[in-house]
Amino acid sequence: MNMLTKLGDIARSPGDPAVVAEGPSSLSAGDRGARTLGWVSIGLGVTGLLAAPALARALGIEGKEGAIRACAVRELGSGVLCLSVNPGLGLAMRAAGDAVDLAALAAARGASEGKERNVDVAIAAVASLTLFDLACLSLLRAERAPGRRAGEEPRRHYSDRSGLPRGIDASRGIARDLPDAGAAGDAAVAAI
Amino acid sequence: MKALVWHGKEDVRCDTVSDPGIEDPRDAIIKVTSCAICGSDLHLFHNLIPAMLPGDIMGHEAMGEVVEVGKGLDGKLTVGERVVVPFTIVCGECDQCRRGNYSVCEVSNRRRDLAEKVFGHPTAGLFGYTHLTGGYPGGQAEYLRVPFADTTHVKVPDRMTDEQALFLSDILPTGWQAAVNCDIQPTDTVAVWGCGPVGQMAIRSALLLGAQQVVAIDRLSDRLSMAEAGGAVTIDFEAESVVERLNDLTGGKGPDKCIDAVGMESHVTPSQPDTLLDRAKQMMLLENDRPHVLREMIYVCRPGGVISIPGVYSGLIDKVPLGMAMNKGLTFRMGQTHVQRWTGELVRRIENGEIDPSFVITHEAGLADGPDMYKLFRDKQDSCIKVVLKP
Repeated sequence: MNMLTKLGDIARSPGDPAVVAEGPSSLSAGDRGARTLGWVSIGLGVTGLLAAPALARALGIEGKEGAIRACAVRELGSGVLCLSVNPGLGLAMRAAGDAVDLAALAAARGASEGKERNVDVAIAAVASLTLFDLACLSLLRAERAPGRRAGEEPRRHYSDRSGLPRGIDASRGIARDLPDAGAAGDAAVAAI
Repeated sequence: MKALVWHGKEDVRCDTVSDPGIEDPRDAIIKVTSCAICGSDLHLFHNLIPAMLPGDIMGHEAMGEVVEVGKGLDGKLTVGERVVVPFTIVCGECDQCRRGNYSVCEVSNRRRDLAEKVFGHPTAGLFGYTHLTGGYPGGQAEYLRVPFADTTHVKVPDRMTDEQALFLSDILPTGWQAAVNCDIQPTDTVAVWGCGPVGQMAIRSALLLGAQQVVAIDRLSDRLSMAEAGGAVTIDFEAESVVERLNDLTGGKGPDKCIDAVGMESHVTPSQPDTLLDRAKQMMLLENDRPHVLREMIYVCRPGGVISIPGVYSGLIDKVPLGMAMNKGLTFRMGQTHVQRWTGELVRRIENGEIDPSFVITHEAGLADGPDMYKLFRDKQDSCIKVVLKP
């Protein structure tokens, strides 16, 4: 049992059922991947904001600290989206950001003045994350797409489900005799 | 026993938990035979309603057989009886219960301290909901402790099936109350936003209560087809303008009565730009709910009309045109459902064959499949509208 559940038990009534053994989670592989990448984004965003000068020096692009901070803010936004109930949007934003980062790093490589190796490492890291982002986005879309699970029909129709055994025309208005809300309340109270 | 337990955002598990026991003389223990996943369970699943705690048991639509009773039930409930458990826990004795305002029972919320801080006053305790409403363990479980069981039950007639009776716990009285709150007249057009389970019940309730025309608004063809089967004219909001179509259907007057069966999670789409802004604010904790439907209802409702809100809202909302509503003289009615106010009436109508609520069930599964069913319902996969679980 995880720590949060144990903490929750403190706030619950002593007689309430307590978790004895946990079952499988509703979180899918895509959900977990998106959450992991969301926290990676937030970590990168915080690092970018706090250590922009050091990163610029390491990459040989002094004077571009503002651009690094802008990318960091974007990372934070992507991270929040990845952790939200619309993680696909966050992953798409991450993938688009990866493309921007790769283009910027490729451009920076020519002007990095002896730091080409560091830039190469950065390009490799971003490229690896891009693969994770795209794989996770693809997985999540497959898992969450409405009506598109393997073997499912696109959408069904429920035209035979009226719920009105007497038919629509015969049912219209047959409850007009309903007492007003106050009287209904009085009747219910009397029943109790 | 087995139960569906909330562990965090979108993380529900079928856990083994300790069995509930009698804690108060007015308690009863129910062996759950059928329970359902409600649309508002998805708000909890998404962690959009505050004060859920990891380890909370989900579910507020349940029924079953009484297996144990406290000593204070005075014969009002006995072992072996089949009962539906209303999602609102009521004492039956406080001033609000005596007025029939059961969802704001002044006694049953065991976390009234929290509710008073957040709502200003306590509201009723609810099963499987947040700790703002008592944090009572829910009914998506093999067994359920029912507090105030002498007043928190609906006895099920022998010939009524679980599938016919189960929705007396919530969605049928909720849709019914939404329609009753509209004070429907024979010439009225009633527009219902959202064709999920509550919307489907509201559509049929409006028809039974005599609306001349019922209009149903959604985007999913399966839900619209079910709404049409219930007598509604349908509008696919992704294919046409809701406002224009409603005005066309009402000779430019607008619907007399509007029902919001969507609530706090309006569909987010670029064709409704306000939903994008609401979603962004919701993620940054600048707004709790996405009130697109409310805005649209206020705009399109006929002056002097009624806005009825059975859909759940959790907190703060922005950019709701109250000036428009005021100048149009609209009446707002809303609230959690006073379930016990309507159940006697509705049991009679089910028995009389006026309505059969089982029409809405699209999926049945065991409790162990519950986590997957939550995802299926969330993503509206496999044309899912209503899931019933059999513990």
